[in-house]
Amino acid sequence: MALLQISEPGLSAAPHQHRLAVGIDLGTTNSLVATVRNSISLVLNDQDGRALLPSVVRYLPDGGVQVGDVAQAVQSEDPINTIVSVKRFMGRGLADVGDVANMPYRFVDAPGMVQLRTVAGVKSPVEVSAEILNVLRVRAEQSLGGELVGAVITVPAYFDDAQRQATKDAAKLAGVNVLRLLNEPTAAAIAYGLDNAAEGIYAVYDLGGGTFDISILKLSKGVFEVLATNGDSALGGDDFDHRIYCGLLEKNKLSALGAHDTRLLLTRARAAKEELTDHAETRITAMLSGGDLIDTLLTQKDFHDMTLNLVARTMQPMRRALRDAELSADDIKGVVMVGGSTRMPQVQRAVAEFFKQTPLTNLDPDKVVALGAAIQANVLAGNRNADEWLLLDVSPLSLGIETMGGLTEKIIPRNSTIPTARAQEFTTFKDGQTAMSIHVVQGERELVSDCRSLARFELRGIPPMVAGSARIRVTYQIDADGLLSVSAREQSSGVESHIVVKPSYGLSDAEIAQMLQDSGRHAHDDMRARALREQQVEANQLLEAVSNALDQDGNTLLNEEQKTRILAAMGALRNELQGTDHLVIKRAAAQLNDATVTYAQARMDKSVSHALTGQKISELDN
Amino acid sequence: MSAIGIDFQQNFFQLFNVPSRFQIDMVLLEQNYRVLQAQVHPDKFTHLSESERRVSMQWATRVNEGYQILRKPLDRARYLLSLHGVETQEETNTAMPVDFLMQQMEWREAIEDAQQAKDVAQLDVLLSKLRNDVKELQKLLELNIDIQQDFIAAAGVVRKLKFIEKLAEQIDSALDELDN
Repeated sequence: MALLQISEPGLSAAPHQHRLAVGIDLGTTNSLVATVRNSISLVLNDQDGRALLPSVVRYLPDGGVQVGDVAQAVQSEDPINTIVSVKRFMGRGLADVGDVANMPYRFVDAPGMVQLRTVAGVKSPVEVSAEILNVLRVRAEQSLGGELVGAVITVPAYFDDAQRQATKDAAKLAGVNVLRLLNEPTAAAIAYGLDNAAEGIYAVYDLGGGTFDISILKLSKGVFEVLATNGDSALGGDDFDHRIYCGLLEKNKLSALGAHDTRLLLTRARAAKEELTDHAETRITAMLSGGDLIDTLLTQKDFHDMTLNLVARTMQPMRRALRDAELSADDIKGVVMVGGSTRMPQVQRAVAEFFKQTPLTNLDPDKVVALGAAIQANVLAGNRNADEWLLLDVSPLSLGIETMGGLTEKIIPRNSTIPTARAQEFTTFKDGQTAMSIHVVQGERELVSDCRSLARFELRGIPPMVAGSARIRVTYQIDADGLLSVSAREQSSGVESHIVVKPSYGLSDAEIAQMLQDSGRHAHDDMRARALREQQVEANQLLEAVSNALDQDGNTLLNEEQKTRILAAMGALRNELQGTDHLVIKRAAAQLNDATVTYAQARMDKSVSHALTGQKISELDN
Repeated sequence: MSAIGIDFQQNFFQLFNVPSRFQIDMVLLEQNYRVLQAQVHPDKFTHLSESERRVSMQWATRVNEGYQILRKPLDRARYLLSLHGVETQEETNTAMPVDFLMQQMEWREAIEDAQQAKDVAQLDVLLSKLRNDVKELQKLLELNIDIQQDFIAAAGVVRKLKFIEKLAEQIDSALDELDN
């Protein structure tokens, strides 16, 4: 056995400096927050002992907001102002939302993302989600007794760039520092894998309230490697409720219900679905506002039949994920079930049949994602020596660029391990062309019109040349959160233009600041004080990281001049920390970062070469 | 398609500490990939300085790119040949032996027939046949590169493999479509 020497890239925090970090499962139906305490991951309950926070937000005429059970209890009475399943609208335009007529909301078709008109004004799904995150942040801070360093927030693996960006924006709005966006099935695999010391290839089947993911992972010795993922970000338990609802309309010859009745029947449909998990039949009764009485018997078989094609819709992504991983169903050692919707018997039967084995349900499907996210948050916050621990995830959808004739040229294929980057060269079409329009798309289809448009931008200032002689290098980079940035550069002339774009659904920092100011809750908050506090925490972390690094290898990797420069920048930052202007602190922190760039590179070079040198020596020993 | 980002001081074989050959120890490659990612992955740097986080992302990106290239036989061969100064010219050099081209046409017809007949089983059969052809050509690559060091001949084999890869993609998307 070759002994591998692994040097630690950074010092972990001293034991007494336990950093408060949480994992948040921002679900379609319910949301949860969990943390690691005494090496055990546990879900944090609210004051009444409830773990699940219904993802329901109600806006009141006086500008107040209710979140969770209290809002859920009145959803039929005040359906227009009570937003449920807002996750389905994240990063989505009105055209994507689907069955608008059967939803009790007043939609506003805003550019990029759909919005909802409430009694408290027009709300973006980002704002609604921020209300949920805010409640969870407060719950965590009260329960843990301090301010959070940050959170790992989970997203469906099949979320596209716009949906991920919207989630990150919501966190920012709620004052939550995002340590990482983590894919839900991967989070579940962490919780499951650690709990069961699992080794081998596992499938995670995650059917939530509004999203479906399938991920194939290889688990071995603390490494969680996602081989492939697939899914449907608009398929979940809600759709099963909706089938029951449509069945009720049909059976009772109803049409065009008002918002109140729609919400009432959807609520009854959901209750019936849950009842059918362990009962052969259930009776649905409701009194509609017009005085009609609904009284319908629904059997498990009826329910099964009316949802056959919904279950079937989860099979196709499963086959595709296996194909992408170059595996067959026989290669899968275990199937982990995640998400409340996997409680439905027809779902369990279909999955068992597909993989020819009984799926694993020994972890609470509602909690497993939050528990896994908490474990990862603990690692990312630096509370735990992470050397034996590695998570390798992938991007779910191909990323491409529009070329001539409305066709997509793929630049980063789906299931690429992140972070990843690819570059491709393009050229001009006309003589003397000085600008080039770049259209970034996400999806698997050949036609641009069948893919999701993420961003458009123009590269200007290309020196006039003969058609075909300019060389424009377009680079796509996906970071560890699965978020994309794109840059373009004209190379042949040495002239350089460089643009980094945010997807069109993403909010600019200015827009977020505006939202914060607009929101009644934050109006009382002293924005400056909050910004100052955040900056101070960040600056102190930076100082600690740099001084730890200097202690480790400052003398071996730096010459006197470099060291003096870093020490000076540290001194300057410490100095500015005495003051109260967050912008000044931010600038000093940026200067310290600049001063440490070459040092960071040298440290990484050393750490990489050390890893392999260790191996060579031990191989000689053998 | 090429690499971006930081300057490469080492080639990927050196980076992953595997011999610069076509036939490599895949277990060792995977093991070293994990050792390298354990050093450079952004998850290890979340709580550190901005500059360390940036360097980490660049390195992790590079390690992922290198692993993908060395892991896939076709990409590995192409990369190895480019290290020997031989470009495979897959886009420009389309001069292929006549019998190979005839064979390609037969393949295409067979795939289209199966696709039109919605014959998933037949598509699977074609795919496994194709994989056998791929294995044969990979053996040839090993001979050309590792033993004979005939890089020009190897470039010809790479071009053939590229054709076959496209056929496999065609079967894949046909299977995808039939799934819808």
